[in-house]
Amino acid sequence: MGPGKEGPSPVRVFLLSRGNSAIADRAFRWLMTLCAFSIFGIVGLIAWRLMVSSQMTWSQFGLGFFYKSFVDPVNHQPMYWDPVNGYFSAVPFIYGTLVSSFLSLLIAVPLGVGLAIFLTEMCPRALRGPLAFLTELLAAIPSIVYGLWAMYALVPLLREYVNPLLTSLLGWTGLFNNDNPTGLGFLAGGVILSIMILPIISSLTREVMTAVPHSQREAVLALGATRWEMIRMGVLRNARIGIVGAIILGLGRALGETMAVTMVIGNTPEIHKSLLANGTSMAAVIANEFSEAVSDLHRSALIEIGLALFLVTIVVNACAQLLVWVVTRGAPAQAR
Amino acid sequence: MAGNENLRTRWRAWTDAGVTVLAILATLIVVTPLAAIFGYLIYKGASSLNLAFFMQIPRPEGESGGGMANAIVGSGVLLLVASLIGVPIGIGGGVFLAEFGRGTKLANAVRFTADVLNGVPSIVMGLAIYSLIVSTHSGLIPFSGHFSAFSGGVALGIMMIPTVCRTTEEMLLMVPHAVREAALGLGLPNWRSVLSITVKTASPGIITGCMLAFARVAGETAPLIFTAFGNAFMNTSLNQPIEALPLQIWVFAISPYDDQHRLAWAGALVLIALIVLAVSLVRYVTSRGVLKGAS
Repeated sequence: MGPGKEGPSPVRVFLLSRGNSAIADRAFRWLMTLCAFSIFGIVGLIAWRLMVSSQMTWSQFGLGFFYKSFVDPVNHQPMYWDPVNGYFSAVPFIYGTLVSSFLSLLIAVPLGVGLAIFLTEMCPRALRGPLAFLTELLAAIPSIVYGLWAMYALVPLLREYVNPLLTSLLGWTGLFNNDNPTGLGFLAGGVILSIMILPIISSLTREVMTAVPHSQREAVLALGATRWEMIRMGVLRNARIGIVGAIILGLGRALGETMAVTMVIGNTPEIHKSLLANGTSMAAVIANEFSEAVSDLHRSALIEIGLALFLVTIVVNACAQLLVWVVTRGAPAQAR
Repeated sequence: MAGNENLRTRWRAWTDAGVTVLAILATLIVVTPLAAIFGYLIYKGASSLNLAFFMQIPRPEGESGGGMANAIVGSGVLLLVASLIGVPIGIGGGVFLAEFGRGTKLANAVRFTADVLNGVPSIVMGLAIYSLIVSTHSGLIPFSGHFSAFSGGVALGIMMIPTVCRTTEEMLLMVPHAVREAALGLGLPNWRSVLSITVKTASPGIITGCMLAFARVAGETAPLIFTAFGNAFMNTSLNQPIEALPLQIWVFAISPYDDQHRLAWAGALVLIALIVLAVSLVRYVTSRGVLKGAS
């Protein structure tokens, strides 16, 4: 506990009370409070503007916008999104966002937790700093650069080697059906997302794991446990709520990630069971269509998708923050 | 019985070794894409990086050559506007959290909201600013009613606020009370003590936070698509659409021309070099522990 964590001392309280520039002090205080309150203002402003601008879609489609589909008048197939003819339904975008996000969690969670375990419990001290820096660097790379790399390096790799392999091994599940010659699709989106959320998951997991007191580890080791048993019983069990928080925070990032996903997911508003098929996501459709929207209704529908994305990420992030906060609240100060 | 126990011990030793191998494997798998991205980026980008890249504006589609001078200048203008909005408000919020609101419920609420705001997708920020500035004609909001550099800068600036605010708070909390008391004991008014003593003591850390926020928004594309919009020509006016480096990379990456792909790679390399420089600088400053001298 540093000296800065205690309350103001009696000396300071006395000195503050006899201040002779009360007006300037009060003005300064109000200015700073205003800055802090602007954060509430921003969240409110975003919600208000998005609600106002999506009013048209809301009054026309109501809540059905998020679960109803239409029937194509020509071939009688279900259809969802046809801006030119005025059909708007968010179903394929919600589906794409969920599929790509969960796919990314499936890949990133074991890797992220494994990396955190290695860094906190096994890694030689000399390697810890550089490895932590490298993962930090992974977090600093902009989305657009990930997208560029995914488009020209990852997608060809998936197309030539991974997709045929997955189809021949796991084609019987129906999840992998290699009839998409582009290599784009949910899998490509999920893989690039997993690389992007890895640093968040691993650094937060590391934080909650270092917050576990050393006495817990020592107690388990003293009972004759191996290192893995010590990690499992002494560390992971104590840190599990925080790790769940880290995963949810990663999910929040994955749900809203835009550019990289837009560049590799294929951008077709369709629903396919196969993970190798083209799809799209909520953020991707906004990025792709908004500046070329064909009508006010189209624009308003895209803003309503944005509003849904906003509300979902707010809820997801709030849950994650609460969980991480619960764990690190009583942590020994700065075990890092 | 003894054999059974022996087997159990061996099984435990094996799982321990197995988990160690898995953890090392996970670490290697995480580091691989990083190496792949940087390798590919340098391989593709360095070959198309030349003086023209920094000096010229893009040529018409299909023509070879040209550069991204307009995008580099545009990014500079956007980031300047963003910093002018994000840095003062963010630092102000941080000062409130550390100096006035410490331990209160209100401060907890502000802190929580800032963290949540940090997780709001950038594309949503773009939509909100589009709706607030670009699509409305209002006398109250400057440069409203059309795509403009100003609206893009505002979107980026708002995204900087939570990061700057939280790091400022953290750095101010590290400043010991004795320093504040010494300032007040000399008869300085509180506002002066905060600005010239506390904030100044913590300034290396605060600058670090600002750099982090800066590096983050420098690579943002999504909030600029329908605010700054892009511009094929050189522009420095806040009232006009403006190009930005990430935006130009996106447009060139999805175009069908090889020359534009090359420019996109060069642009990505420049962007990454800028960001890695900022992050390493931050890392250097924080690891040197500039703040430790104060406590």
